[in-house]
Amino acid sequence: MTSRREILKHSAVVAALLGTTGLFPQYANAAFNKVAFDAKNLADVYKGLGIGLPVLSSGVVLQAPDIAENGAVVPVGATSSLPGVKQILFLVEKNPLPLIAVFNLSDRVDAAILTRTKMAQSSDIYAVAVMNDGKVLYAKKEVKVTLGGCGG
Amino acid sequence: MADPMRIRAQAAGGNATVKVLMSHDMETGVRKDGAGKLIPAWHIAEVTATHNGKSVLTAEWGTGVAKNPFLQFTVKAAKVGDKIAITWKDNHGDSRTDEATVAA
Repeated sequence: MTSRREILKHSAVVAALLGTTGLFPQYANAAFNKVAFDAKNLADVYKGLGIGLPVLSSGVVLQAPDIAENGAVVPVGATSSLPGVKQILFLVEKNPLPLIAVFNLSDRVDAAILTRTKMAQSSDIYAVAVMNDGKVLYAKKEVKVTLGGCGG
Repeated sequence: MADPMRIRAQAAGGNATVKVLMSHDMETGVRKDGAGKLIPAWHIAEVTATHNGKSVLTAEWGTGVAKNPFLQFTVKAAKVGDKIAITWKDNHGDSRTDEATVAA
């Protein structure tokens, strides 16, 4: 049986969701791809970014721990030895919002990025490399999380 | 105004390894406060890195980047004394720029 408290909690969530469907003036700067970052699954992320479905490639190397004790801080790294990497993306499949970050590389930086992500629960992490010739490659790794990092 | 970033740029084999630690809450927008109200998302949305004034790396971040974000990248053909500057902008319009010199 659903308690009154739970009903109230759910209606608060719904209200907040409705509130976020409006236009977002704070993202006036066109560089931020709101559609992709708000996407709830991987397919919508790729669509939002306007890229094709990634192909598994050994040319992309994803570094991530096997087990993350604290989902709030999970170190992730992506490197590629292939020439012509234009973008590196990090995605956590089972996060409420899977797209973590998009890095736009120039030819003056190595295709090697390290950062830290949050994970709500155990999930596959994807490192995606978008190449100059339009190819989209990925590497993935399952990371087990003992303590979720997205609250709620 | 946000706290300063900690940037370390170290020369290594003709390149420079840059490590950045930013100070930001990176609120996800899915957490609730004590009263059960959703805390709105507040996160760094854009990051730009320059080498001697020239843009070398830009990034877009969602709410999934961990609190007090860490970023490491390598700038090619950078030498001791070169300037590396990092700028971030969050979704509230706050921004911050800090600069470091490549060390040996």
